[in-house]
Amino acid sequence: MANEHLDPAWIRGLTEPRLSRRDMLRYAGVGAGAVGLSAFLAACGAKTDGAAGGTSSSPASFDWAAQQLHHKLNFANWPYYIDTHKGTHPSLDLFQTQTGIQVNYRVPINDNAAFYQTLRPSLQAGKSTGWDLVVITNGVQLSELIANDWLIPLDLAKLPNFAKYASPAVKDPTYDPKNVYTVAWQSGITGLAFSPKATAALGREPDSVADLWNPVFKGHVGMMSDNTELGSVGLLHTGVDPATSTQTQWKAAAASLMQQQPLVRNYYDQSYINALENGDTWITQAWSGDVFIANQSGYPDLKFIVPKEGAMFWTDNMMIPVGAENPLDALTYMDFVYDPKIAAMLANYIWYISPVPASKPLVAAMPGGAAVAASSLVYPDAQMQSDFREYYVIKGQTDLNAWNNIFEPIIQG
Amino acid sequence: MSSSPGPPARRRSSGQRLRRGLAPYGLSSGGAIWLLVFFVIPMLSMLILSLKSQPLSNTFRIVPYTFTWHWANYHAVWSLYHSQLWRACYYAAAVTVGTLLVGYPVAYWIAFHGGRHKTTFLFLLLLPFFVSFVIRSLVWQFILSDGGLVFRGLEAIHLLPHGFHVLGTSTAVIWGISYNALPFMVLPLYVALEKIDRRAVEAAKDLYARPSLVFRKVILPLSLPGVFAGILLTFVPASGDYVEATILGGPHTTMVGQVIQFLFLQGEQYAQAAALSNILMALLLAGILLYARALGTRQIDEYL
Repeated sequence: MANEHLDPAWIRGLTEPRLSRRDMLRYAGVGAGAVGLSAFLAACGAKTDGAAGGTSSSPASFDWAAQQLHHKLNFANWPYYIDTHKGTHPSLDLFQTQTGIQVNYRVPINDNAAFYQTLRPSLQAGKSTGWDLVVITNGVQLSELIANDWLIPLDLAKLPNFAKYASPAVKDPTYDPKNVYTVAWQSGITGLAFSPKATAALGREPDSVADLWNPVFKGHVGMMSDNTELGSVGLLHTGVDPATSTQTQWKAAAASLMQQQPLVRNYYDQSYINALENGDTWITQAWSGDVFIANQSGYPDLKFIVPKEGAMFWTDNMMIPVGAENPLDALTYMDFVYDPKIAAMLANYIWYISPVPASKPLVAAMPGGAAVAASSLVYPDAQMQSDFREYYVIKGQTDLNAWNNIFEPIIQG
Repeated sequence: MSSSPGPPARRRSSGQRLRRGLAPYGLSSGGAIWLLVFFVIPMLSMLILSLKSQPLSNTFRIVPYTFTWHWANYHAVWSLYHSQLWRACYYAAAVTVGTLLVGYPVAYWIAFHGGRHKTTFLFLLLLPFFVSFVIRSLVWQFILSDGGLVFRGLEAIHLLPHGFHVLGTSTAVIWGISYNALPFMVLPLYVALEKIDRRAVEAAKDLYARPSLVFRKVILPLSLPGVFAGILLTFVPASGDYVEATILGGPHTTMVGQVIQFLFLQGEQYAQAAALSNILMALLLAGILLYARALGTRQIDEYL
């Protein structure tokens, strides 16, 4: 508490230059179009002859006993989503020292949909994607990977650290019951962020999703262009738990979002945080980690809250695509990051929600880690966790089309 | 040493003649292959894809597309997204008119009064374009934002009402696209104006034409091919834009390019995405043909 006024980002800046993860992400959406083109051409191509995956719909089996370590790991992650020090990743170096596995660490993922479109042609053709480990958020793309048997089922017996240290929040998730295919990398929540100065006209601090519908903020409300996020907040606003919502409730939520539209400045991708920083928006849907990072990098007054209707809880998951050349190396790494020491190294850089609560005291002891460990956005307490809500798990193509047809017209106005 | 000094062509063998006859085809094969690979094949693929369909089920198991002459794709995307299509045309038209009004005087000035420094001026015109496209658009987002350079000051001195904004409106999108399209308007205009025979201009002046009359009767008609090319090079890319509309737009500025991107990346509705692209292309082609016929210029290709 004594050094509360000391900015951890500043302390870190003494030893290393650091670009924020966000700086990179904000340019990412535009590049997605180029990535998509190759997948589009693949879709145009001749892959109509039923090359889609296996034939069974039960979890495919995988012979883990026959696997050996190859001391190589091709790991695809999101930019600025791992501890970094002077161009190296200390946790990966440690991994190599301990296991002899050399990690080819790459950051090609800027967008779940766009990245999935780069994997899909290889998976559909039954070829290796070139990756042993990828990180994808729970959502449609993950469901599709699971449904088409494009992920290798994990051998949970080889993940003792996961069994021992993983937070209950990421064990047995609705989108992957019993963690058959995935374990969490990091989680985050979608709540509300606002600038206290700009929202002063309200006369109190915003505390609810309903404040996004308040006409006082006309023209300065930020909403997300991801229709899962948008639809979910609409459901929360109409008093519905997204996880158990029905199509009739979706329509009611969409009607309420349509009503809100005159107040909305824009439907944003990652750039919502810039809009908030620039004063374009006064109150906005927001991801927890971004606001925490903004606080540490020149915008200390911005506030993130879990609205009283609840905040959406999401998880970025590690998984092994079918055809991976080094599955055992990938599994070894999955367990490695659940060691609290390693989880602490990651948490102290990434600033989203760590899947390993036991890493908290270790982070607190690190240089500049006190504020991170104290933040309820990185280590949410039980009370905060009770306000977390799960997304509706889209069951399939008809479901997805229905969701898209209801919520997408709001964004594509 | 030959005793018959006739033109060498006469003595060519039939093989030579054949080779000569094939020469134009040989020379144009590079272009033909280019067209085939980058235009015909993608076009046909798109056309075929747009007529495919897949049976829907409520699983995420991917069902392959099959070719079924599924014209309903066209009907579906037209009824859902025609307003975004028209909006794109309207923005592109606004951009074209705007860049023409700004670009013509610039091109005129460089061509007629640029003197020794013409190339320098053209270079200056292109200079901002050495910066990445995305960065340029993001900088505009920064400048036009409420707390940005322009509007914070104007609002502080009460020239603008509290809460006034440009970012997130059609104005911002049209502005952004225009900024990026300007060189594509100015360069063909410059080429056309530069090529005008100055003696024609002098002759008009010698015949006591007022400067405005010289412009209307001589310079403007002679620069029309440049105008045509400029309009084409501006309108077509502008109508397909999705970057500016994403970065500078708001809730009511969605352009057809953004819809196609959504259908393709998030929606995974490849056939519909292809159908919408084809509609956009057909509209553009029809528009251009009508326009070419109306303007009736034959030398356009010189400037493209």
